[in-house]
Amino acid sequence: MIPRPDPTLETLVLNMGPQHPSTHGVLRVVLKLDGEYVLEAHPVIGYGHRMHEKMGEVRNVSGFYANVGRMDYAGALSFGHGHVLAVERMLGIEVPPRAEYIRVITTELNRIASHLLWFGAFLLDLGAFTPILYSFDDREYILDLLEHVTGARLTFSYFRVGGVNRDLDERFIQGTRVFIRRMRSRFEVYHKLVTGNVIFRKRVEGVGVISPDMIRKYGATGPVARGSGIPYDIRRVEPYSVYSEFDFDIPTFPEGDCFARYRVRLAEMEQSLRIVEQALDRLPDGPVMVEKVPKKLKLGPGEVYQAVEAARGELGYYLVGDGTDVPYRLKIRPPSYSNLSLLNELAEGVLLADLVAIMGSLDLVIPEIDR
Amino acid sequence: MIRYFREIFEGLWSLLVGLKVTGRFALAPTVTTHYPFDELEVTPNYRGHIDLVVNPKTGKDKCIVCMMCQRACPSGCITVKGQKPEGAKKRVLTEYRLDFTKCSLCGNCVEACPTSAIEFSHEYNIAGTSRHDFHYDLVERFRDRCRTLGVEPKIADLTPVATKPKPEREKTESQGDRKPDG
Amino acid sequence: MTDVFPPDLIRLIVSFVIVVAFAFTNAAVLVLVERKICGHIQRRPGPFEVGPHGLLQTAVDGVKLMAKQMLVPRNADAGLFRAAPILSFVPPIAALIVVPFARMLQVRDLDIGVLFILSLAAVNVLAILVAGWSSANKYSLFGAIRAVAQNVAYEIPLLLSLLTIVIWVGSFRMSDIVAAQGGFWFAFTPMGFVAFLVYFICGIAETNRAPFDLPEAESELTAGFHTEYAGMGFGLFFLGEYTNMLLVSAIATTLFLGGWNGPAFLTTAGTGFWATVIQTLWFLAKVYGLIVVMIWVRWTYPRVRFDQLLNFCWKILIPISMANLAVTAVWLKL
Repeated sequence: MIPRPDPTLETLVLNMGPQHPSTHGVLRVVLKLDGEYVLEAHPVIGYGHRMHEKMGEVRNVSGFYANVGRMDYAGALSFGHGHVLAVERMLGIEVPPRAEYIRVITTELNRIASHLLWFGAFLLDLGAFTPILYSFDDREYILDLLEHVTGARLTFSYFRVGGVNRDLDERFIQGTRVFIRRMRSRFEVYHKLVTGNVIFRKRVEGVGVISPDMIRKYGATGPVARGSGIPYDIRRVEPYSVYSEFDFDIPTFPEGDCFARYRVRLAEMEQSLRIVEQALDRLPDGPVMVEKVPKKLKLGPGEVYQAVEAARGELGYYLVGDGTDVPYRLKIRPPSYSNLSLLNELAEGVLLADLVAIMGSLDLVIPEIDR
Repeated sequence: MIRYFREIFEGLWSLLVGLKVTGRFALAPTVTTHYPFDELEVTPNYRGHIDLVVNPKTGKDKCIVCMMCQRACPSGCITVKGQKPEGAKKRVLTEYRLDFTKCSLCGNCVEACPTSAIEFSHEYNIAGTSRHDFHYDLVERFRDRCRTLGVEPKIADLTPVATKPKPEREKTESQGDRKPDG
Repeated sequence: MTDVFPPDLIRLIVSFVIVVAFAFTNAAVLVLVERKICGHIQRRPGPFEVGPHGLLQTAVDGVKLMAKQMLVPRNADAGLFRAAPILSFVPPIAALIVVPFARMLQVRDLDIGVLFILSLAAVNVLAILVAGWSSANKYSLFGAIRAVAQNVAYEIPLLLSLLTIVIWVGSFRMSDIVAAQGGFWFAFTPMGFVAFLVYFICGIAETNRAPFDLPEAESELTAGFHTEYAGMGFGLFFLGEYTNMLLVSAIATTLFLGGWNGPAFLTTAGTGFWATVIQTLWFLAKVYGLIVVMIWVRWTYPRVRFDQLLNFCWKILIPISMANLAVTAVWLKL
C-alpha cells in the first residue's frame, strides 16, 4: 500500500512526518508526488499508540478517568462525558440535574477551546503565524476558567460516574459570563483578519471538496460532515445529557470545501456560547454527585453504546460488561480516525500546499486516532 | 474587465483590513506575563500532586492507614506503610511515598480517602534533573510544611501510647526517613 | 605613495568595509526589530531577557550561531553546499555600493546603477537553487524549484515597474533619478504609485518573505531550501535575507520615494557635512519605514499557494505593469 521509490524517477516518494510541522503530532503521511502534485497519500498511524482501549479492559471504571482526557488533549471533557455516560447508562444511574448542567457548560467551553486551538493551527498550516496567538489569548481564558473548576488545564479528569467531582462557584459563573461577552466581540477580529482575507479565501475555497457521499462512505462526522451539508450532530439526532433543553442551531454549509469546514467551526463556537449562556441562566441548585454510588461499579452483564458529540465529531464508547467491575471490552470510536480515512481519496491530484490545508481542515488529533 | 479590477481592489482592501487589525494589536499592551519573574496567581482549586493534610494547631496528620488511596490509584504510584505503636489500637502512618513520575493527577486517591487526610498541593512549576527527584516522601514533606507553619510535626510517632513522647526519639526517626530513596 | 596606494583604491577599501559593516549591523538590528514587531503584533513583548528589553538578544544569537557546527549531510555536494550561503549574501552587499545614501554618500555612481542592482539581485535565486540542490534533501529541492519559478516570474513585473521610472527620468543612474525627485516623489504620481505598488509586491516576493515565502514554507516544506543548514550556514542565509530586504527598500526609496530628499519643504540639496547627515537620515528613515511595512505584512497574512503565486504574477502584475509602462510612455511623449 505504501508507495515505494520509483526507479524511473518519474515520481517522488516523500515522507511527510512523523516529524513535520503540519502533521500536528506523530502522523506520518507517505506521499507519491509528481512535481508538486500529490498522486497518492497514505497516512501511517500508530506512532502514538498507548493501548488506551486495553487499559480500559484491565482497570475498573474509576481507573480509566485519567485515560479519557489523554486520548484527545484538545477536547478532553467530551471524552470524559462519553465515558461516564456509557457507564451510567449501563448501571442505570440518574445523575442530578446540576451535575448534568455543569457537564454541559464545561464541555461546551472545552469545545470552544478545541475549536480555537484548531483555528490557530489551521492558519499556521496556511502560513499565517499571528492568528494562533490571538486564538490562544482567548483559549487561555477558557483554560483559566476550567482550571478553576476542574483543577487542571488540559487533562481534566473531571467527570465521575454519578456526577462531577467539584461544584461550580460564583467566580466561575461570573468569569464565564465575562468570557462570553469578550468572545462575542473577538469573532469580529477573526473575521476581519482571516475570513475576509483574500489570500486565505483563495487558499481554502474549492479546496478539498468532500461530497456527502464520501462522508457517508467513510463515516466522517462532526464539522467535517456538517461542512458537506449533512446536519449530523449527536447533540441533535440522539440527544444525550440535557442538550434537548437548549435552543441552539446546527450550522451546516453545503460546499464541502475547507472554507465550509472553517465556517462550520466558527459558527459552532458561537452556538456553544449560546448553550453555555442558557445553561448558566437555568443552572439548577442541588447536589453535583449522586447520593449513593456503589463502591464497586459492577458492569453488566450486558453491553451499551453511548455516542457523544466531541469537538471533532461522533465519539462512541462501546462498553461490554461481564458482571465484574472491570469492563470486558471497551471499544472507543474516535471521530478523527474516520475523518482521517478521507485523506487518501481527497489528496488525489491536489498540490502539496493544498494537502496541508486539507489535513488542517480535518482537524486531526493524532493521539485520539492512535489511542 | 470591471470584474477583474473589482476583484483586485477588493482583494487589496481585505489585505488592508487585515493590516489594520494587526497594527491595532501591535500598539495595544501585551497580554503575557514575564514568567518566571512574574507569576500568575494559581487558583486555589488547582490539582497538583498530593500532600498529607497538616493540622495547623497540633501538627498531626489525619491518616488512618486504611490503604484506600493506594488501592484507588490506577497507576500504583502510592505506597503507604503503617505500624502499630506499642499499646495502641490503631496503626500510625510511618511511610507515605508518591512516585510522581507515574501519577496522572486523576484525583481518585483524594476522593477515596475516608478521613480527608490528603489534599492537592498547588505546586505547578516543578522541575528536576533526575526522575528520582519526583519520588516524593510525603512524610518528610509533611515535616517540612509543619516547620514552615511553626508547629512541631507529630507524624510517624511510634512512641508507646502510655508514655510521654521523647524528643530525641523523634529526632532519630526523622533522620532515618531522610534516606535517599529509589 | 600615491603610486602604490592610489587614493581611489583606499577609498574603495574604506567604503567596502563600511558597506559590509553596515550590512551586518543592519541584519543585527533587523532581526531584533522583526522579533519585536512580531511580538507586539502577537501581543507579547518579543525577546526580553538579554539586556534591557532584550536589546542584546541578537548578539547572543549570533554567538550561538557561530559556535554551532555547520553540519554537511552525508550525500550532499559539500562544495556547493558550503558555497551557497556565501552566494546568498555577497551579491546584495555588493549591490549596496551604488545605493545613494546621500548626495555625497555613494560609493560608485555607475551610469547603469539600476541595471547593476537588478543583475546582482538575480544571483540570489542561484544561491537558493544551489543550496536546495546540494542539500540532497527532497524538501530542500522543492524549496529550490519553487524559488526559481517564483523569482524568474517576479523579475519581469519588477523590471517593468522600474522601467517606468527609468524612461521617465531617462537615465539608469541612481543620482539622476534622485535629483529628478527634488520637487515631487514618483510614488505620489498616479503612474508612479502603481509602479511602486507593483515593485513593492515583487520586492517581497524577490526576498522570499511571507506571504510569498514559498521556498521556505515552514508548514509545507519544514524549512525549504535551508532545511539542512545549521550554524553560520543558516546565519549567512539570514544575513542575506535581511540585506536583501534592505536593498529592496533602498531601491524603492531611491526610485519612488525621493531617495535622500526630504519632503518638499524640507529638501536639502547641500553637499556639506550636516546636509549629508540629514540626507542620510531621511534616506534611512524611508528605508526602515518600508522594512517595517514588510515585517508587518509578513506577520499578518497566510502564505499564497504556488499556482496562485504565479497566476497573480502573470495575470495581474505583469499586465498592470505593462499597461502602466505604456501609459507612462504615451504621457511622456505628449
